Amino acid sequence: MCTLSRQRKGSIHELVQMILRERFCHQRLPEKPVGMESQHKHLLELLRRTAVHGESNSVLIVGPRGSGKTMLLNCVLRELLEVKDVNKNVLPVHLNGLLQTDDRIALKEITRQLNLENVVGDKVFGSFAENLAFLLEALKKGDRSSSRPVLFILDEFDLFAHHKNQTLLYNLLDVSQSAQAPVAVIGLTCRLDVLELLEKRVKSRFSHRQIHLLSSLSFIQYLDNVRSQLSLPQDFPDTKFYDEWNDSIKTLCEDQLVVDVLQSHYNSSKDFRSLQLLLMLALSRVSASKPAIKPTDLLEASRVCMVDSKANILHGLSILELCLIIAMKHLNDIYEGEPFNFQMVHNEFKKFLQRKSHSIHNFDKPVVIKAFEHLQQLELIKSMDSSTAKIQKEYQLMKLLLDHSQIMEALQKYPQCPTDVKQWAMSAFG
Amino acid sequence: MAAQLQHLGYEDEKLQRVMERLPCRDVQASMLLALMGEQCSYPSIFIYGHRATGKSHVIHTLLKELELPYATVSCVECVSVGLLFEQVLLSLFGSDSASLLSRSPSLSDFVRVYKQLCVQASAKQTRYIVLDRAELLRDMEANLLPAFLRLQELVEDNVTVILLSEIVWDKFRPNTGCFEPLLLHFPDYSKGELQQILSEDSHPSYSPELYSAFINILLGVFYSVCRDLRELRHLAALHFSKFVEPLEQGKESDTHKLWRNIEPHLKKAMQTVYLREVSSVQWEQQLQMEEKEAGVVRGLSAHAHVELPYYSKFLLIAAYLASYNPARTDKRFFLKHHGKIKKTNFLKKHEKTSNHLLGPKPFPLDRLLAIFYSVVDSRVAPTASVFCQISSLVTLQLLNQVGHDDQLDAPKYKCAVSLDFILTISRCVYPMLYCPLVTDWNHCQTPASAAL
Repeated sequence: MCTLSRQRKGSIHELVQMILRERFCHQRLPEKPVGMESQHKHLLELLRRTAVHGESNSVLIVGPRGSGKTMLLNCVLRELLEVKDVNKNVLPVHLNGLLQTDDRIALKEITRQLNLENVVGDKVFGSFAENLAFLLEALKKGDRSSSRPVLFILDEFDLFAHHKNQTLLYNLLDVSQSAQAPVAVIGLTCRLDVLELLEKRVKSRFSHRQIHLLSSLSFIQYLDNVRSQLSLPQDFPDTKFYDEWNDSIKTLCEDQLVVDVLQSHYNSSKDFRSLQLLLMLALSRVSASKPAIKPTDLLEASRVCMVDSKANILHGLSILELCLIIAMKHLNDIYEGEPFNFQMVHNEFKKFLQRKSHSIHNFDKPVVIKAFEHLQQLELIKSMDSSTAKIQKEYQLMKLLLDHSQIMEALQKYPQCPTDVKQWAMSAFG
Repeated sequence: MAAQLQHLGYEDEKLQRVMERLPCRDVQASMLLALMGEQCSYPSIFIYGHRATGKSHVIHTLLKELELPYATVSCVECVSVGLLFEQVLLSLFGSDSASLLSRSPSLSDFVRVYKQLCVQASAKQTRYIVLDRAELLRDMEANLLPAFLRLQELVEDNVTVILLSEIVWDKFRPNTGCFEPLLLHFPDYSKGELQQILSEDSHPSYSPELYSAFINILLGVFYSVCRDLRELRHLAALHFSKFVEPLEQGKESDTHKLWRNIEPHLKKAMQTVYLREVSSVQWEQQLQMEEKEAGVVRGLSAHAHVELPYYSKFLLIAAYLASYNPARTDKRFFLKHHGKIKKTNFLKKHEKTSNHLLGPKPFPLDRLLAIFYSVVDSRVAPTASVFCQISSLVTLQLLNQVGHDDQLDAPKYKCAVSLDFILTISRCVYPMLYCPLVTDWNHCQTPASAAL
């Protein structure tokens, strides 16, 4: 009997994890995207005009990373494809600037996705010029009434603008302006200045229609979003667990500790993706034996998100390396941030050893050089000039990539730091 | 901890076995397991931490023992991206999948082939791709890192990419941003944890307490310099036989006496084996020969065994003096009757910065020869053999030529050796007049010139 209930508990818990993880990790589309109703309407209207009425259009969806551009587009497409006629007719072509780094590759991909006649299986025949001519030919033969509308979706649109001559962009936008087969060119990009990247002839063929996704959620809407993201959907099989879980989420979102954590996250970034990261970390602490999210889980998750990684790295340095960093800090203070070389750092370190130190052994120069090189490998210090030839490594100028406050904080947390080292760090002029 | 992981559907014995193989890494391993979950996980996870903190070890143990489908690639081995793609496809989909890729595949080809193979073999469980030494991905093509971070979205499959690196995530982020991975930190081992892990490789014929005492001594000498577990294990393996030698010979059994025996060897090891001046084979031979002949361990970079011709030594000393003493002091050092040198205002302000801190300055050939003639103790004719020794010094990289190769009539050089090397050389040529060098920063004077 108890094994049965444990099994049942286990499988319910698995289901909860699966549902929530699909939301946070696999970016499962919500029912309605939050906070972008007007943009949703605008885009849907535009695409409907292309799909149903055969009008050619071009639009750019612009918004910072994680603000929901792909989510918006996929929601609109989902709604569009529910219409019966549209589903059979429309040809979507998905291109991504990260994958199709060249116009040649992009053209082959378009030909493959549209399944034109020069594709056999997977291989596309012909040179770049032939493919381009063939594609334009195929698109030109159509007209509003008889040919199928094509939706060109260009992810990372700004990367396409870096291709040679912007050939692909020019041709696609040209087709969208002239009376040929109805096409819609939809670009998604994170750069607000994307239009500056386009050449004049390309920019003039673009309709200058931009949909901006600058997240305008208020904090109350943000909290509501958190609650709906964490709640289970209506069709969950076990109603008792469903009620329990949703109630616990409701009380969680009213807890002051949680509100403070979410406020600090909201103040640093309002986008959906960082929220999903936070909720994913909190979710990973939920288990069958602890089937609810507690405020401490969110606090811990927030702490993991906001930690300074360089401080973590500083924690693991050896004492010799730490002394070298303090010597560099003193050099930066005295010479106001001018670059230094190994000899100067070693000199400062030796001055400390002679005058103030009781606990640090006087290491040989090669051992100190090895510690210095380790710091270089960790990229805590960086060489000023890239040409490393013809300057001995002890005399190469470097700069320290750490802040004064980071070093002092790291010293506080350093395990078993000798007191003379700490005092040396805090003294004004070494 | 085990109770927390019970829900993940793995058997208790398997989890127990896994945890035994990961000493002092329970927290990180359980966090990873919780994140990896059963069906799906976040698209990319970035794990960072110092060297030898167990990042690859933990991941590989978890993936292997729990029999999850994974592909692991070390970015050091992938000189071209094609190698990376091939290895991933081979591990995830079997040996005939890599043949579907063309000769020099682009990322677009890789994604297309992956999608095709996915259709044939869809994943119920998450597939993992582990990229070790991920900092090298930044130097490959610019689109590779952002694409791998969102691979799940691009191939529409249940795959998670795990990046392992020593360097923090802030240095990876591309200019226009990318998909931010989940960051996980593997903290360094504390001294107690290092002691615990190192004591695990105890020798079978000695007691664990003896080995722990030995590890304690080793950590006492090396801990302030190096916390890298791999280096410490290497040093422990090299020195343990020397440590127990008195025990075997039946002379001593007190730990304190054993410590006194081994300590000078450990100190010597810090100068040689730790710096990789001497290979471990040479070191072991040296330790065996110790009692018969006290020889100096010849290191890789010990210039003591570089033999230069007689005049080359003087040329090098002259070059060092020319590089590190400013030209206005030449008159004072090298002429018999010199006047006083007045310090200008500029000099008074910049007195603190010594040439020894800033590095060698370039000097013209004429100055080098002038100093050379005054340093050499016999009359030397300016023959071609002297000049070609200068060129050989440049080839040996003991001198650096500054400026363009075309300047034939007034070439400039810089001295590229350190004070210790010059000291060693001057010991050979000035055996009577050798005295320990003390550099006085205010006057930029080296007593080698004062000894003349």
